[in-house]
Amino acid sequence: MGCVRGMWMRNLWAFIPGLTVVAAILAVWTLAVIPMNAHLAADMAARGDIVVTPKAPADRKALSGVTLAAKNPAIMAMTYTLERPRLPSPHQVAGELYKTVFATAPTSRRSLVHHAWVTLSATLLGFAIGTTLGILLAVGIVYNRTMDKSVMPWAITSQTIPILALAPMVIVMLGSIGIQGLLPKSIISAYLSFFPVVVGMVKGLRSPDGMQLDLLRTYSANNSQGFWKLRLPASMPYLFTSLKIGISAALVGAIVGELPTGARAGFGARMLVGDQYGQPLVTWAALFGAAITAALLVGILSLIERQTLRRMGMEAAV
Amino acid sequence: MMAFVYAGLIWAAGWWINARLAHSNVADTRLVSLAIPAIFGATILLMWQVLVTLLEVSPIILPAPIVIGERFVSSTSLLWADFKQTILKGALVGYVLGMIAAFVVALLADRSEFLTRGILPVGAFMAALPIVGTAPIFVKWLGSDWQSKAAVVGVMVFFPILVNTVAGLKDTSAMQRDLMRTYGAGYWPSLLKLRLPAAMPFIFNGLKIATTLALIGAIVAEFFGSPTVGMGFRISTSVGQLALDMVWAEIVVAALAGSAFYGAMALIEKRVTFWHPSQR
Repeated sequence: MGCVRGMWMRNLWAFIPGLTVVAAILAVWTLAVIPMNAHLAADMAARGDIVVTPKAPADRKALSGVTLAAKNPAIMAMTYTLERPRLPSPHQVAGELYKTVFATAPTSRRSLVHHAWVTLSATLLGFAIGTTLGILLAVGIVYNRTMDKSVMPWAITSQTIPILALAPMVIVMLGSIGIQGLLPKSIISAYLSFFPVVVGMVKGLRSPDGMQLDLLRTYSANNSQGFWKLRLPASMPYLFTSLKIGISAALVGAIVGELPTGARAGFGARMLVGDQYGQPLVTWAALFGAAITAALLVGILSLIERQTLRRMGMEAAV
Repeated sequence: MMAFVYAGLIWAAGWWINARLAHSNVADTRLVSLAIPAIFGATILLMWQVLVTLLEVSPIILPAPIVIGERFVSSTSLLWADFKQTILKGALVGYVLGMIAAFVVALLADRSEFLTRGILPVGAFMAALPIVGTAPIFVKWLGSDWQSKAAVVGVMVFFPILVNTVAGLKDTSAMQRDLMRTYGAGYWPSLLKLRLPAAMPFIFNGLKIATTLALIGAIVAEFFGSPTVGMGFRISTSVGQLALDMVWAEIVVAALAGSAFYGAMALIEKRVTFWHPSQR
């Protein structure tokens, strides 16, 4: 009992520095809301019956947000409740998230869950395709010298190239041959998650050293036994590291894939809609929704990583 | 049908040459290990050209490599203007700003063990988030010119560089730090002479990851609003006009810029961390 409680306490203490940093970020954000929105709030107050100094809107424009807020303490509270703020406060974003995630039926088009699913399904499909192909190519590279020599340099170089710039073209290209909806976005996601997996898996499959490979040879193990019993297990830590990179790349790919075509649903579409129709809260909620989704995906992979490595008798590299 | 036969023949020929080269005894010389991927790339381009020409693929689906090359050569001034706007102004300015900010925060955090332990997990977490989504917000705040792109790039490159710098500054052994203390070195001398040099491999790892992020941020942010120049602008408008040869030409520019940027960083790394095992 005591031991378990001690572990809990230690886990809790380990979180405190991180939580402090998060709290500091939230505090800076909350404070920044006042100067960022001061002009909007002052304009609105002036339209109402509150006296704002200076009176002329042109004079107010010349002042910085901080000075304006200092001269008009009355508008400070208003900066936190604007309907279309330049910088929404944390509680506004949280409120919008709550409203669109929990207080709206998931089938409704206004529900963020609906949009999350549209983006997530493309992400997961693309991630599955990209990872499978990546692992297959890595196996090919490790066992075939010609493939290694001719493909591997390209796989490494491609990581220095902003592949994401291809996204609009892939969407239009596939659209013009009649493929629409989920698949084009998935292909972008697959493409983005493909190369990190190839590079990581090649490194992982090559990680057993000469001694271990020699040992298997003395057991007269054949190539496939060497693969299943040594190379594949040894590559697991590398695989999970690249999977975590790959899934966040896949999510970014799906979101960017929604931008150029004017997609109607998905995180990217919500960001665009909020941007074009002057609804900053929609954009911010979509942004945080995407961030939370990415965090959950990486978190799930870390959990699987820890379980798998523990079962294999390896400690997870945190 | 013939098109596929030709393509297959080209593939077989390219593969045969590469297989011979890869299994020859000169395979590990510098020249041959550059020639093999070059031949592979040429094989792909040739197959692409043959398939597109013989199957008469419409240029609005996939233009042939030669058409792309012609477009590239004939519109160099336009491409150069886009390059200046997106890479030299947006990406590079943002990269430098993000890098400086990350260094400053890392050095401040480094003074306190508590902050270091807080920033590492939070920073690593933020680096995995789709930060490129902040683009519409920055475009609204800073206007559609390059300043907003620089801001997006700055935020995107900040976290990987921060995490790597903080981790790098921790990468000295107690023995080494004790040695500095016996020399009577205070915080600054031991930072400048021991811990910063020891952190360089980590810092350059972050700087290299950030080069690609910078280009992605600068290009994608232009999809949310830009003046009538820039690579992201050109890509999205050319896609709208179905001028795919122009899009491909921009992608060639992006690829060249990305490789050059990364290559430059790798080169500086080589000069700075010549002592590290991975560079010898």
